Order: sequence, then structure tokens, then C-alpha cells
Amino acid sequence: MAVKLILRDKEYEVKSGMTLLSSLEKCNVNPESVIATRNGEMILEDEILKDGDVIKLVAVISGG
Amino acid sequence: MKCRKCGAKASVNMHQHKLALCKEHYLEWVPEQTERFIKKYQMFKRGDRILVAVSGGKDSLSLWDILVRLGYQVDGLYIGLGIDEGIGYSSESHRLAEKFANENNLNLHIVDIEKEYSQPIPVLAEISHRGHGKPCAVCGLTKRHVMNRIARDLGYDVLATGHNLDDEAAVLFGNTLSWSGEYLLRQGPVLPSTDGLARKVKPLCRFYEREMTAYALLRGIEYIYEECPFAEGSTSIYYKELLNKLETDRPGSKLTFYLRFLEARQSGLFVEHNVAADGDLPTYLHPCPNCGQPTSAPGLCSFCRLMEKVKAESNAL
Ligand SMILES: [Zn+2]
Ligand SMILES: [Zn+2]
Repeated sequence: MAVKLILRDKEYEVKSGMTLLSSLEKCNVNPESVIATRNGEMILEDEILKDGDVIKLVAVISGG
Repeated sequence: MKCRKCGAKASVNMHQHKLALCKEHYLEWVPEQTERFIKKYQMFKRGDRILVAVSGGKDSLSLWDILVRLGYQVDGLYIGLGIDEGIGYSSESHRLAEKFANENNLNLHIVDIEKEYSQPIPVLAEISHRGHGKPCAVCGLTKRHVMNRIARDLGYDVLATGHNLDDEAAVLFGNTLSWSGEYLLRQGPVLPSTDGLARKVKPLCRFYEREMTAYALLRGIEYIYEECPFAEGSTSIYYKELLNKLETDRPGSKLTFYLRFLEARQSGLFVEHNVAADGDLPTYLHPCPNCGQPTSAPGLCSFCRLMEKVKAESNAL
């Protein structure tokens, strides 16, 4: 088991025990361009991700 | 991370303000700040009739929500663009705008472009031959025209749009790269009314796009998450991503870029060349003989010229 991060139609997997910030960096996702949620709750960059966590990333940038 | 106000677990952290807040205090903080910007930039007063342009996206729906929570008198305007592209983009954004209005008992005006001007935006764009296969230029032109028309015809004092700081910083970045003085001069939180044009304001211009997303999510506002299919790969998205890279390395740079620009503009860094002595419309603008909206072109404005073209094409068929 590991941690899964989902952004639109992309899925990433990282090791557990890292912070959200390091996990985003590992996946090359800019932390400024997403909001992370776990079980519908928003989580911050210092949150330690645990085995089996599924993190939904909400993209914040829109065109126009 | 803990909420600065109550010490509970924080939901939102804003590096540029060195401020983390819990859900409850964040949802209080956003309207408080909006009220502060409305006053600071003298956008409108209590009792003014406000029309907010709603697209069904997070920014415009959140803006409507915030202004209503602040007690302003504000109606919505939804413009149906007729963009489908296989994902039903316009019909879904229409549904969400209407849902928000109904749930909050608010008044929403709806203008359907195809019904009023015989063709949806992608077809109008094709007929116009503008924008190199992308309808965004025609879409912008049409939206501006309709917003001005509805605001004037229905007697609104001010037209509010949901532009956030990332929108403004991306436009500013583009205008700076090309040193478009004329555009730099006009970019700001308020565009005063001129003859035939409503006053325009951007009450969210100091919130990051990330903050507006957090607000919509925490308030449980259902908004259209799908991007407009034509915005994919657009320059403005590219600029936003660039600026976010900068922001990640140097928190606060986006905000500083925009605020320092406003200060520079305020202190007269950019100068108007063509203002009439009586402070009326700049001398190169005149009202369009057909619709009355100001235009710099001789004769009809660009929108009315587009409509002439559309009429000609359909007569030729
Ligand atoms: Zn709190
Ligand atoms: Zn006209």
C-alpha cells in the first residue's frame, strides 16, 4: 500500500510518511496550482500522508 | 498548521499573508477582505444596484455569494455561449448558475447568444474569420457587448466580474511583455463608466485563484470544474502556470507584482494622451450609430460590424 494522488485524469503514487508538500514535489505538481483534499476535507502542505490515503487534487487554474 | 484566530486545525494557508485559518474563520475572512477592497477602491455603495456576470465557474459564483452575504443588492447575468464540444460545456454551466440562483432565491438574467444573435459563439467566430480558429476573441467581444447592454438597459449602477488576482496578474504579465501602454493604463480594480458603458468592478482582484477555489469548496458551491474546451493551451493559462512557479519559489511575488503595478499606475507612470478637455470620452471614441456603445472605429462598433457580417452570410444562403 502506498499513497495515491489524483489530479483530473492523472494518478500518481508516492511512499507514505512524507508530507503533502514533498509528495506534490515528487509528482511535479505545483502546490500553488492545486488544493488537496482527503475524504472531502482540505489538507495543508505539512500534513503527513499515511498508507492507503487517497488524495484528490483540485486544479485551481482556469482559463479566460 | 493551526488557525491564527482560534487555534483549531487550519484548512487554508496563505503564504503571502503568513496566515492560516480554519474553515469557519476562512469563510468569515473572505467577505471581510472583499468589503475592505470594495471600500478601498470605491467600487460601489450600499443601495447601488449591482449586476454580477456569472459563468457558472468558481470565481463568479463565489463573488455572487460573497456580495449577497455582505448584504448588497445584486442580480446575476448569465450569457449562454452555445459551446458544447462534446462535453455540454455551456448547458452544464447554465444549469449550475441557475441552480445557485434558485437555491439562494436570487434574480438571474439569462441571455442566450444563439437566440438573440441567430448563431452560437463558435459559428459567429467562424463567420468573423477572427482569432485563428479559436473563438475566444469573438467570445470576449460578444460578452462585453451583452454585459454593457444589459447593465445599461436594465439600469444597473455597476457591473461586477469575478476576476481574481491570478487573472489580473496574467493579463498584466502579457501586457508588460508587449509593453501595451494603452491596456496597462486601463487595467485596474475599477473601470469608471463612460457614456454608454457601465462602471465595471472586480471585487476579487486581490484574492489568489487558489483562495477562491478554497472558498467555493468550503462553502459547498457547486461550480463547473471542466475548463472551457477552447481555453485549453491558452496563453493566459500558460502565464498563470509561470507565475505560480515564481510564487512557489518566492511567496507573495504574484501579489506584489499586481499591487506595485496599481501603485505605479496611481502615481502616473502611464499617461493618457487623448482625453478631451471636459473629461468626456477620449476624443478618439464615439458612440456606435447602431448600439450606442463607444467605439474607436469609424462608423459601427466591432460587435455591430460582426452582426452585419452574420446577416450578410445568412442572406447569401
Ligand atoms: Zn479558526
Ligand atoms: Zn454597435
